[in-house]
Amino acid sequence: MSTDLTIHGHGATVGSHDVHDAEHEVHHHKETFITKYVFSQDHKMICKQFLITGMIWAILGGLMSVLFRLQLGYPDSTFPWLEEILGKWAKGGKISPEAYYSLVTMHGTVLVFFVLTGGLSGTFANFLIPLQIGARDMASPFLNMLSYWFFWMASVVMITSLFIETGPASGGWTSYPPLSALGDASLGSKSGMDFWITSMALFVVSSLLGGLNYITTILNMRTKGMSMTRLPLTMWAILFTAILGVLSFPVLLSGLILLLFDRHAGTSFYLSDIFIASTQKALPNEGGSPILFQHLFWFLGHPEVYIIILPAMGLVSEVMAINSRKPIFGYMAMIGSLFAITVLAFLVWAHHMFVTGLNPFLGSVFVLLTLLIAVPSAIKVFNWLTTLWRGNIRLNPAMLFAIGFVSMFISGGLTGVFLGNSTLDIHLHDTYFIIAHFHIVMGVSAFLGMFCGVYHWFPKMYGRYLNNTMGYIHFWVTFAGAYLIFWPMHYEGLAGMPRRYVEYQGWSSFNQFGDLNRFISTVAMVVFAVQLMFVFNFFYSIFKGRKVTTKNPWQANTLEWTTPIRPGHGNWPGEIPEVHRWAYDYGKDGKDFILQTEPLGADEQQH
Amino acid sequence: MSTYFLFAILLLGFVITFQIAKASEYVGILKGEKKNNEQNNRINGFLMIVFLVLGLIGVYWCNELFKGKILGKAASDHGEKIDQMLYITIALTGVVFFITQILLFWFSFKYQHSDERKSFYFPHNNKLEVIWTVVPAIALTVLVGFGLMYWFQITGEAPKNALQIEITGKQFNWIYRYPGKDGVFGKKYYKNISDAENNSLGLIWDDPATHDDLVVTSAMYMVVNQPVKLIINARDVLHDVGLVAFRMKMDAVPGTPTTMWFTPKYTTQEMKKMTGNPDFQYEISCDQMCGKGHYSMRGLIEVVTPEEYVLWRAKQVSNYAMVMKDKMPETPAVDSVKPAAAKINQPSKLVAVTK
Repeated sequence: MSTDLTIHGHGATVGSHDVHDAEHEVHHHKETFITKYVFSQDHKMICKQFLITGMIWAILGGLMSVLFRLQLGYPDSTFPWLEEILGKWAKGGKISPEAYYSLVTMHGTVLVFFVLTGGLSGTFANFLIPLQIGARDMASPFLNMLSYWFFWMASVVMITSLFIETGPASGGWTSYPPLSALGDASLGSKSGMDFWITSMALFVVSSLLGGLNYITTILNMRTKGMSMTRLPLTMWAILFTAILGVLSFPVLLSGLILLLFDRHAGTSFYLSDIFIASTQKALPNEGGSPILFQHLFWFLGHPEVYIIILPAMGLVSEVMAINSRKPIFGYMAMIGSLFAITVLAFLVWAHHMFVTGLNPFLGSVFVLLTLLIAVPSAIKVFNWLTTLWRGNIRLNPAMLFAIGFVSMFISGGLTGVFLGNSTLDIHLHDTYFIIAHFHIVMGVSAFLGMFCGVYHWFPKMYGRYLNNTMGYIHFWVTFAGAYLIFWPMHYEGLAGMPRRYVEYQGWSSFNQFGDLNRFISTVAMVVFAVQLMFVFNFFYSIFKGRKVTTKNPWQANTLEWTTPIRPGHGNWPGEIPEVHRWAYDYGKDGKDFILQTEPLGADEQQH
Repeated sequence: MSTYFLFAILLLGFVITFQIAKASEYVGILKGEKKNNEQNNRINGFLMIVFLVLGLIGVYWCNELFKGKILGKAASDHGEKIDQMLYITIALTGVVFFITQILLFWFSFKYQHSDERKSFYFPHNNKLEVIWTVVPAIALTVLVGFGLMYWFQITGEAPKNALQIEITGKQFNWIYRYPGKDGVFGKKYYKNISDAENNSLGLIWDDPATHDDLVVTSAMYMVVNQPVKLIINARDVLHDVGLVAFRMKMDAVPGTPTTMWFTPKYTTQEMKKMTGNPDFQYEISCDQMCGKGHYSMRGLIEVVTPEEYVLWRAKQVSNYAMVMKDKMPETPAVDSVKPAAAKINQPSKLVAVTK
């Protein structure tokens, strides 16, 4: 298959390269397989590397959730084939508690960081920034390449941790100490935790290299006429995402380094007054506070959820305007709300800590700041709705995913209003209500946004279309399935059912949902299978999909659709286009769409 | 065998879907892109409405199905406030939910592509944008107002007459401590902890205040209609005292005691009658990931009448008395106790639990 890819890929891009080389002899450099596909510095290839790595991770992370949903849905059954796959972690065909906790930990880490941060930002920032601002590549293609390879190394370390004897980290994706600091307290906190920390450190490096590059490129390398307020919303979203990442990821790294010190250097940043029952020993550490880690973690952890959702918002805004054949409603308000979300993202982290013994007054400040975020979010939702209103909507798969995104974002956003209110958080904290909330608003929404982007820009990436029918099936099953999985979980959460439990039979307060759990697990498996169909569609269409025959298949305004169907390294064969207007002149003055490169008419009003 | 069968069916499903997808692509090309798009638009626009209707029915049905299983009667005064807040929030967000979701799917259906219609160039409108900035802001102010009012009531100082109980989480069960007749918790130090010597909390026997402290593990007893203040500790890693029936929750943090208080309104017996469930128990669930036994870290609370409580207390033996009985079964003389206590590790730092 890999040779196939090589031959095909080469054959496909030769044409545009010839043109490119003829007109720009200065840019000429010899490409080998290594420089073109492996250590590539072309932002479009790096995008594909991020996307495909992200997809592999998504399959793995999804598979993990299928495995632990099997336990939750069928706690009394045994599955002998599980023992064949997992060995000692599923003796007798039943997942052991240690394995269960490793699975949920890895599922969370992988999906949050490797798929929805690395995979989503990495893919669309790399692909769209130079193409939409009118640049030949990133500000530093070399750093950009390093960004991917640090991500790759982080991935290798994380995968390796799955195979070590004591198992991967198992303290939850948040890795709260002391549990994560003490190997004697949990099997997964032995070397699995060191692998986890190492991998996350590499990931932070990757994210910083990428983020700095994105910010620099957007600010400095816009083409002539591309003022900030003419940028498509995708660019604004990615810019704010990168700023969030650059300012918050280092804080996570510092928190993890202190954790590493506590684990191996005998320091007491997070440890105090600990007696380990398994060894019957009191630890010497005194004076530390595990709450410190939670502050450091959530100072990244909360912006992180916006790092995940903002790019999806950008992609959806763009796709929604194009397919409604209408300008996005309230462009400036959309930028303003993105900005407000970015600022507030740094001021709400302690709402994850209402029940840690936090000073109630401090808690009340965080309630206020947290619920403030609902205002810009509401503005965005109403603006999307108004964008649809009186449009001329093309319901292609990308557009369906965009509409699905808005629906999910509404549902998940509203439950955020519950959880941000400390009074309700007392009851709902760490129950299935929070599971439902963040899976809908951040997991499913971000995935729908990502799919929306993939279906929309696939023709630009590979010069072919994804299969539409499979796209429709993919959308409807995923969308309906996600609601069927996560909507009922709110009820379990209202009943106080705690998250991260292997089984609930021993409890008189939480054992009333056996049938529901089985139902959720079944739907989860169906939805997972449909994602595999998407993956198949993706790879099949790269080679066999319907060919794109026009430069601008969606009749969109932005610059990427002025490049050749398969752009070479450098993107535009001739001069970089000049921009004369904003990206959203759809349906203006009776014209269906007006490219950004088209000069303003004599008596034409700017938007 | 059935697993392979399942995989075979899945594979077959894939192949069939793929063939249909491929065929419809060819048909689409034959029909022409325009016609094909129109057809797809119609189908998916219709599905939008179907999804909306089925979704709304589903929401209703889900409510009917689960309403008896979720929020039983709140068993504490704080719990009632939390339920109140919950209903206010459900009402407000519910209105927004229905309006926005209905508009979303309705617009997607109504404004689907048609050759007759031109899209309406409508880039912005200040009045509209001000409206939907101000209205959510007001709604949220209401929610913040109610929320914080309840929050400060719930997290405020416990009443003077509150029954004080110390609860300590460890992997993977709970330990409860009551001050003795003196009403004071004796000092403790974690390096004194010894499960072998029956000192699971590390009490310092040199402090006379520890001598009458009760340490129990079977269940936490509290008195109906008397406020109770829990002083929450952790012995190893983070835990969380989750009291679902009382709607209360607070982390247990090693090294940093936390507190919460509430007033239980019904005895365990009353709850059994009210819920119609003879097996009803007030359960303590651990709500903070604490290791492989996290899911089984279950504690029990018995809410009893004042008379029953006095009776229960009378039957309990203090931790100190039990330890001394183990140590010198023959001579329980007062002066022989001192050297025994002196043998126990002398702490470098004394940690008082209550403040």
